[in-house]
Amino acid sequence: MGRIVIEISRYMIIICMAVYTIQCFAVFRFSNEYDRKGIYLRQNFFMVVIHFAGFISLYARDGDIRYFRAYLIQQLGVLAILVAYKLIYPRANALVINNMCMLITIGLLILTRISYDRAMRQFYIVMGSVAVTLIVPYIISHIRFFEKFKWVYVFVGIGSLAAVLLFSTVINGSKLNIHIASYTFQPSEYVKIIFVFAIASILARKHGMREILISAAVAAVHVILLVASRDLGSAIIFFVVYFAMLYAATKNILYYLMGFAAGAAGAYVGYRMFSHVRVRVTAFLDPIGNITDAGYQISQSLFAIGTGGWLGMGIGQGAPSTIPVVSADFIFAAICEELGVVFGMCLVLLCLSCFVMFMNIAMKFEDPFFKLVALGLAVAYIFQVFLTIGGVIKFIPLTGVTLPFVSYGGTSVAVTCCVFAVIQGLYISKGKDNARPHPKPGDFKTENLNIMELE
Amino acid sequence: MKLFGSVIKKREKIKRREGRHHIDSNRQIAVITYLFLFLFIAMLVYLGYFTQVKNKSVINNTYNKRQALLESRLIRGDILSRDGEVLATTMSDNDGGYYRSYPYRNTFAHIVGYSTHGVLGVESMENFTLLSCDGNIVTRVRNDLKGMKNHGDNVYTTLNTRMQEAAYDAMDDRKGAVIAMNVKTGELLCVLSKPDFDPNEVMAKWDVFNADTENSPLLNRAFLGSYPPGSTFKIVTALEYLKEHNGNVSDYGFECTGSFEYKGSVISCYNEQVHGWLNFDDSFANSCNSSFANISSQLSKRRFADTIDSLMFNSELPLPFKYSEGYCDIGEDSSTDDLLQTGIGQGRTLISPIHMLMITSAIANDGVLMRPYVVSSVVNSDGGTISTVKAREYGRLMDSRYSESLKKMMRQVVVNGTARRIFDTKGYEISGKTGSAEYSSNKSLSHAWFTGFAGADEPEIAVTVIVEGGGSGGAVAAPVAKRVFDAYFN
Repeated sequence: MGRIVIEISRYMIIICMAVYTIQCFAVFRFSNEYDRKGIYLRQNFFMVVIHFAGFISLYARDGDIRYFRAYLIQQLGVLAILVAYKLIYPRANALVINNMCMLITIGLLILTRISYDRAMRQFYIVMGSVAVTLIVPYIISHIRFFEKFKWVYVFVGIGSLAAVLLFSTVINGSKLNIHIASYTFQPSEYVKIIFVFAIASILARKHGMREILISAAVAAVHVILLVASRDLGSAIIFFVVYFAMLYAATKNILYYLMGFAAGAAGAYVGYRMFSHVRVRVTAFLDPIGNITDAGYQISQSLFAIGTGGWLGMGIGQGAPSTIPVVSADFIFAAICEELGVVFGMCLVLLCLSCFVMFMNIAMKFEDPFFKLVALGLAVAYIFQVFLTIGGVIKFIPLTGVTLPFVSYGGTSVAVTCCVFAVIQGLYISKGKDNARPHPKPGDFKTENLNIMELE
Repeated sequence: MKLFGSVIKKREKIKRREGRHHIDSNRQIAVITYLFLFLFIAMLVYLGYFTQVKNKSVINNTYNKRQALLESRLIRGDILSRDGEVLATTMSDNDGGYYRSYPYRNTFAHIVGYSTHGVLGVESMENFTLLSCDGNIVTRVRNDLKGMKNHGDNVYTTLNTRMQEAAYDAMDDRKGAVIAMNVKTGELLCVLSKPDFDPNEVMAKWDVFNADTENSPLLNRAFLGSYPPGSTFKIVTALEYLKEHNGNVSDYGFECTGSFEYKGSVISCYNEQVHGWLNFDDSFANSCNSSFANISSQLSKRRFADTIDSLMFNSELPLPFKYSEGYCDIGEDSSTDDLLQTGIGQGRTLISPIHMLMITSAIANDGVLMRPYVVSSVVNSDGGTISTVKAREYGRLMDSRYSESLKKMMRQVVVNGTARRIFDTKGYEISGKTGSAEYSSNKSLSHAWFTGFAGADEPEIAVTVIVEGGGSGGAVAAPVAKRVFDAYFN
């Protein structure tokens, strides 16, 4: 009987996820939030079904009664986030809230399967982070002088990264964490947000040679500090975010191309200078051939994805524990193994729909500072998704970053909550702005609509 | 695909209307968005490609620990011969457990392999296929409800049980390998290696088999054996001579006195035989070392090296399983002695039986090599076909003019040359080349080779035989090949 339950939930989960993802893009067929309400509610329903089917499957496998408790707590918690956002910020973007809750749900489900205790820990971190960041949209939409703290951002950011370099211990060849009392956190995560604010405040109003040079120097210091701590993934994210923002601010295609050139040069220098970069490249080029050392992680990841195949082995039915750092950097491999590559692809599209929404919000801003902030955060988010998933499936060399909201890791979750909250704040404040000078609702509608005409 | 087009247009309209010149980077933001969309589409396409195409070759690895997991959930599928004989199956014991059984015991040991202690052969190549279940969904659900295990997919091989058994009996307890393939399709019909082992006993006798380094019974000599080719290499030398003379070798002549001396190097004929006056075809049919040393001395080293490489020496072979690469070192700076020794198949040249078979098949198939394969189809437990392997061409190894000449020369070897004792056949004709490859300083010890093809009107199958320390190829290896041919044609 147990197998039947496992098989049925396996297909249920894939179907629900596929429909959910289609609806992520289907919302754009309707011109206003009111008409989209039905879709949003259905999305919530599918989210609940996926979570339920996953836990039933785990229970059918082990018969462990603990899963009921975890299920109830997690489900109530996620629904509480949903309700809290809708009550406090009725003007917030429901698609972004839904996607946030969906990503959290998927993360908690797969983490529960990997390690019950970690999942519960992650759950409390998520709840805490969401609770704290609930204030962020209010702050963003009410305080308009963020632009003034230019040098505060620069010094806090560089100071934090320098502190990591000086005071942290080396783990797996990289310096990432700072310990304060019994807490560990990873400053490069939250510095991402501060960095976006710093660059936006430098480039927003003026972008003559002076501002460009200052911003370049600030970005270079950040990137160099990260490279020195051997936090390659973050270094690349900061780099890409900087060039995206520089290009958008100056509107000069030359900087865009320069970014590519500098990236290529940086990659080459990194390859020649650092042995750990060469190891990553070797592992990328031939993971199976180097399976005993450099290629071990990626090989195990590919085994997991490949053995799972399109439809996966069913939750609780694979062997994700054979993948190193499966709960953080390699969580996508575990998802593909047990929930299937189809599910994994839907997850990627879901992240992409968040990104398109973020970029759409950025476009609707006329205030250059907030426009750049939205753009920078959107790029930081999607590029991190690209690095982690691309690395895990061997599309690009592995850089060791987490999948936002899904991977285990306190700082990562807290910072992603904050990013989403900032974007919500921007969206809400834009909604207010739009409402005032253009009382005609039609304007708002059309702008909302066209972000996804490509579908 | 107008993602942001109307927003941009609208903005520009507003700007023009209001005459404002504020910063608006929407076009740039759109460019960045498109860039990421493109990156993600490329990534998803790659993920799909990996899952659909690359997947099988990656996950079938001993480091992938999921095999045990799958094995605990379903019954490993069967391996069958081309006519449906069971070569490997899963049986249940009295305690409700399962064990792997090989009804043909030693006969198919190396090619079918074993799954009980590590994996080898088809068991290894198709490890995850045998552990996949593509059966009817109704059957699967019914089995699930009854609490019964589902049956994994079955694998049909291209192996011919009659030929395999004939080869097994003909080799008796001699060491070596026998291997056969269909020259038009690349289907491997028989893959035998001796000494052998009983795959049913791998679990119990693993240490014994492994400790036997003198016989190495677990080694598949047909693929992994690496031998000096001896006179069978004269096929390569003859091909090069034909190429250098544009196929016209009718004015070649040589008086064999039992040995040939050139720039201080001396080459003797096998068993000190004196062949007398020989033309090109006679030299080949009688495998005259002196004449072939003479031929070799006239070859261009550079072009000889090219021909050797075109026959896949010193490079990978197009095979889906483990094998030994052929080795042959001839270049501009090779010494005269090296050139002469290589030309008659001695020297440092090494080749595996499968490699020799592939060269022979290409000659038989008008110069074109088909990729050898051993798995023909995968069917689910209800008999429905999941996938079929199609014959695939690898490429042309030589011009059809030369393969035609070589075919005629190899026929003469059987008609009135070193392999004439296998001339007498019913309903088909054999062509081939013998070899007696010296492998130690004791010149009386040699490996016996025969490589050839046969067919009624045109060549159908090729067979390669090596008997380690067997002595004369014509006397020892050729009769083994004939029994395998007989098993196919009669």
